[in-house]
Amino acid sequence: MPKLLEVRDLRVRFDGEAGPVRVVRGVSFDLERGATLGIVGESGSGKSVTSLAVMRLLPKPAGVIEGGSVLLEGRDLSALPPDEMAKVRGNRISMIFQEPMTALNPVHTVRRQIAESYELHHPEMSAAQVAAASLQMLRDVGIPDPVKRLDEYPHQLSGGMRQRVMISIALACRPDVLIADEPTTALDVTIQAQILKLIKRLQREYGMAVLFITHDLGVIAELCDDVAVMYAGQIVERGSAKDIYASPKHPYTRGLLDSIPRLDSKRKTLLKTIEGMVPDFNSLPVGCAFGNRCGMVVDACKAAPPPLEPAGSGRLSRCLRWKDLA
Amino acid sequence: MKEIKPLLEVRDLKMHFPVHGGMLFRRVATVYAVDGVSFDVRPGETVGIVGESGCGKSTLGKTILRLYDPTEGKVLFEGRDLAHIHGGDLRAVRRDLGIIFQDPYESLNQTHTVGYILEEPFLIHGVGSPEQRRVWARELLSKVGLPESALGRYPHEFSGGQRQRIGIARAIALKPKLVICDEPVSALDVSIQSQILNLLLTLQKEMGLAYIFIAHDLAVVKHVSDRIAVMYLGKIVEFADADRLHHRPLHPYTQALLASIPEPDPSKSVEDKPFLEGEIPSPRNPPPGCRFHTRCPYAQPRCREEVPSLISGPNAEAEHRVACHFAEALKPTVK
Repeated sequence: MPKLLEVRDLRVRFDGEAGPVRVVRGVSFDLERGATLGIVGESGSGKSVTSLAVMRLLPKPAGVIEGGSVLLEGRDLSALPPDEMAKVRGNRISMIFQEPMTALNPVHTVRRQIAESYELHHPEMSAAQVAAASLQMLRDVGIPDPVKRLDEYPHQLSGGMRQRVMISIALACRPDVLIADEPTTALDVTIQAQILKLIKRLQREYGMAVLFITHDLGVIAELCDDVAVMYAGQIVERGSAKDIYASPKHPYTRGLLDSIPRLDSKRKTLLKTIEGMVPDFNSLPVGCAFGNRCGMVVDACKAAPPPLEPAGSGRLSRCLRWKDLA
Repeated sequence: MKEIKPLLEVRDLKMHFPVHGGMLFRRVATVYAVDGVSFDVRPGETVGIVGESGCGKSTLGKTILRLYDPTEGKVLFEGRDLAHIHGGDLRAVRRDLGIIFQDPYESLNQTHTVGYILEEPFLIHGVGSPEQRRVWARELLSKVGLPESALGRYPHEFSGGQRQRIGIARAIALKPKLVICDEPVSALDVSIQSQILNLLLTLQKEMGLAYIFIAHDLAVVKHVSDRIAVMYLGKIVEFADADRLHHRPLHPYTQALLASIPEPDPSKSVEDKPFLEGEIPSPRNPPPGCRFHTRCPYAQPRCREEVPSLISGPNAEAEHRVACHFAEALKPTVK
């Protein structure tokens, strides 16, 4: 039986005024039914573009899938004609975004926006069935006073509530995969905890797989079974969350984990840092993209881009010296 | 412990904003952004101010600097009330105060070169000759870790982290005694955030700066602060030594805030954590009594009516103040 979602050597290019920029440079991962994979990375790592490419939602005409495949149960989404893809999107795979206010339509009621999913993918449903299912969705996402909320507009809702509405729209057709792109980044920390808990509960109840994209290593740790760490358009390390947090096998992952201030770290001491900044996509080094910031860099790193290779116990690392990371 | 004379004393500070509306544009409501806040800052220390949206932490910082005229209360800086001085006197005191914003891109004038941006504070206060000012600008750049070549360039040519370094250089130009840092790292990537936090810690040591460090991220605030004020809807609900606040939080809101922080530890699942129900009420219409009672798992009838004052916590721990009627009773539930 084919895997639920299989992304193979995905490559994305943006054609800008200054010429093409290759922002996703050969990304591969699998997502099993019911599993949670976290993709973590900083600005410009290509994590969001990867998820948009899977959904075929790249901005047009600038964003182009240059190569690779996105297989949903063996069917290549990257090759589907647009009308076929529209039947998959919101039905088999759904996505939620950081800022629900821009993703929701401000001139339509909540009722109208949830109903749209059903009308598009389940035209056989009667109006009464759609209304009942919409109300049930709002109940599932824990919106207080759901009957009243159905007839409200997005601007009448708080940030946390809007995110709940967006989740109810995304999950209306019970997709197999939910892609969550920084869904809690704009929310306050107590509201973030509510939404993360909600996503986890619905995932279990509906049996869906979740691809969670974030810059926050704390959020990933609380939610995900597996983690892929991205840097400059590539996955640099992949493995179970437990293994990666306990003993990272890439200097970038190690650097990220070491640089976060933690509640139990000693106050007012200097934090470990990753010196320098992410390289410009147009002037990537010949060798390892992280080479210019890496404390472990050797000549071999600068000679050629290192491959993503097995680093023990199901881990993958794009570092020639992963064995030297204790 | 010997008494240290505070650098800044904030006393019952209130900043209320009127909301106008309707046909005659009358005052229809009031936003109680800061509603009776008192605390001290000692020379060279960092007081962290943490809270979620609408708690008034940013407004508090700006009101202390007199970027807003406070509705009520005092802001004593070395004994002089910033809330009630004007013109030249205010300008003179402002030499001792700096501010760093979340997005330096908005606070830096984009039509000026970095060189001019760094010389401007000296110009405004009429210090130094043109040559002297150029030397100072160069020194500032090296202090914040930027190359001298930055002088002739414009803010938009720099990355977020570098722009924050420029913002910091400008804030410390006149060797202030107190710098208000308003979410200085929230817009930055993790790897850049630690660079900037280290820079702030190093400058504090070198220059003896006091900071008021305002942020929503309690882990960041705890890392840089000596003492922390937790704010909720315009009021301080708890004020304590940073380590003490982490290990023995007394206010139910502080406890919830600590529990909500996602920790980079996969052995802790979000599903096992206690969490706070409900939404943050609007500061335009704050709940009566204890403002937290609508979300508090321990709320009693008294909490709905009587505003708790910020007082020394159980066992008269003078440095640890909490605004909760039941802090004593809740203590056993704290780890």
